[in-house]
Amino acid sequence: MKLMEYQGKELFRRVGIPVPRGEHASEAKAVGAFIAANPGAWVLKAQVQMGGRGKAGGIKFAESADEGKKIAGDLIGMTLRGIQNPQGELVKSLLVEEKVAIAHEAYASITIDRTAKKPVFIVTAQGGMDIEEVAESHPAAIAKYWVDPAIGFQPFEARRLFYAAKLPAGYGKEWPKIAAAMYRLFFEYGANLVEINPLVLTKDGRVIASDAKVDLDDNALYKHPELLAWASDSPENEDEAKAVEIGLGRSNYARLDGDIGVMANGAGLGMGTMDAIRNAGGKAANFLDVGGGAQAERVRKCYELIVSEPKVRAMFINIFGGITRADQVASGIVEALSGGSLRKVPLVVRLTGTNEKEGRAILSKAGIASVETMDEGAAKAVALAKGAA
Amino acid sequence: MIVRRDDPVLVQGITGKQASFWTEKMLACGTRIVAGSSPGRAGAQVHGVPVFDSAADAAKAHRIAWSVLFTPALATKAAVYDALEAGIRNLVVLAEHLPVHDVMAFVAEANERGARIVGPNTAGVVTPGEAALGIMPGFAENIFAPGRVGVVSRSGSLGTLMCLEIVRAGYGQSAFVGVGGDPVVGTSTAEALAAFERDPGTDAVAVVGEVGGTMEEDAADYAAGMTKPVVAFIAGRTAPPGRRMGHAGAIVSGSRGSGESKVRCLRDAGVRVLDSPSDLGPVLQSLLR
Repeated sequence: MKLMEYQGKELFRRVGIPVPRGEHASEAKAVGAFIAANPGAWVLKAQVQMGGRGKAGGIKFAESADEGKKIAGDLIGMTLRGIQNPQGELVKSLLVEEKVAIAHEAYASITIDRTAKKPVFIVTAQGGMDIEEVAESHPAAIAKYWVDPAIGFQPFEARRLFYAAKLPAGYGKEWPKIAAAMYRLFFEYGANLVEINPLVLTKDGRVIASDAKVDLDDNALYKHPELLAWASDSPENEDEAKAVEIGLGRSNYARLDGDIGVMANGAGLGMGTMDAIRNAGGKAANFLDVGGGAQAERVRKCYELIVSEPKVRAMFINIFGGITRADQVASGIVEALSGGSLRKVPLVVRLTGTNEKEGRAILSKAGIASVETMDEGAAKAVALAKGAA
Repeated sequence: MIVRRDDPVLVQGITGKQASFWTEKMLACGTRIVAGSSPGRAGAQVHGVPVFDSAADAAKAHRIAWSVLFTPALATKAAVYDALEAGIRNLVVLAEHLPVHDVMAFVAEANERGARIVGPNTAGVVTPGEAALGIMPGFAENIFAPGRVGVVSRSGSLGTLMCLEIVRAGYGQSAFVGVGGDPVVGTSTAEALAAFERDPGTDAVAVVGEVGGTMEEDAADYAAGMTKPVVAFIAGRTAPPGRRMGHAGAIVSGSRGSGESKVRCLRDAGVRVLDSPSDLGPVLQSLLR
């Protein structure tokens, strides 16, 4: 679960990472009232997860309550678009923060190195910009430190990172505390990523996390169930919620931009089916892993979920298994199509498994096309989608 | 990491419904299952297999080479430590939805003890005609047959499909190793390639990769120096960046990890990259002639 900046900063406060003074608000009125009560220069930051928020116009400044209220009114409810997300992301709330006088911007993160199978700290004195650009242009400026997950993070490791990253002396006193707190957050909340960019040294000598990117491992959320309420704020979670609603795993369904619905058993096969459709000249409307077993009821619900997207013009159901009961899957498909109020789309099915002959017989009796191979099915689905266009 | 017919096997969590179902299937594949474990169930039997309270107790009564864990996600970390402390050197961890921090911790612990973990989120390992561990249809003759092609797969479903294509083309498998679909796994694709390079029963290797992470890029580095031909299929080449596709590991962030990057690295290393799994048969025929 990717957190919004204001949520990440709430966790920063809990573990003791200093953040700017501020207020989270989802109404323009509240922004005005906050600034009226706390006169000064404030930054208004749109709470979105897209990259390039500043360039897209999601960060503004206000020096009075009226100005703050007006800007907040414009920002909240606006859809921000950037190069990385042409579809845009709706601004639901703002973070109002003190404008700090910046002396230096550094970068610090801790994430999982999948190859090393260990947490890795990444720190550079060159913060405030895209870390991938820094890695490209000044690879030597980036310090990395792998933490032994069996031992945990030790204070001397923070000091070693401080020198390796050539952080300015002003960071010296606070950095070891911040690094230890970052690791604590990472470990105790089961995070995939804790990123501070920029980690600001202010002109009056404070060290502050000016931004917060936190990605929590969904599988570790049980440790902090109170955080589940935050999920509804995330744009990705619409698909996840739909998947969970029909008994699928959180990441078993993802909408895409094509017009051919996909249902497969297994994540790999689902991706392979999307690729086969692309190879045949079409585009998948979704990824959907129906999971093991593929019982009739589950198949029906998945069918309904897929066709609930109006752009879906055809569907390819690709069920392949050693022990999957093909006859049961076939019955589920037939049942799904016999539902009265359902929108029906042209369908092609590839079905193998136990009792596959019986399964195909059930399908052909119901007038549903079945094919032998994935490529054949993909080609047929593309043709069906074009025919329906 | 290739399981043999004489290897004595423990099934952890054996009294569960899935575990019991698959214990029967694994036995039918010839697997020498000598013991099972399930807390509080000592003295029971599952398909004739004696059950102990823990891996530690099972290991006192039997020599155990492999343990296959059918434990639920949140019980898995403790079960892995139980097996490691019992001195078991090869573990197959099937559970999905494990916290990645748990995985990092027990993989580090296994490395420390010189033990190997396959998985988590793997469908298992199969040596056709000898033994099968996990939830792969090792008994299905149209999918698994003894032969000389090694298979390494992050995905159970696509791995099964590749195995079917191998049998359809008139070949068989020396072994199947499911490395698992999680972001952090105990055994990488490159490590599985190394096992097949050393295995005298293997003439060629088929790799099923998917987008996300850099296991395939690392495998390409290893494959460049191999004496045996390698064929690969990468799933999710059309998946958009930033979207997770079922497997927790299948999410593209940054340029390394994309389908394009994997295909390029593999081709540069001399690996034949397939556009479709159904191309596997003809390619094997040209390579193994």
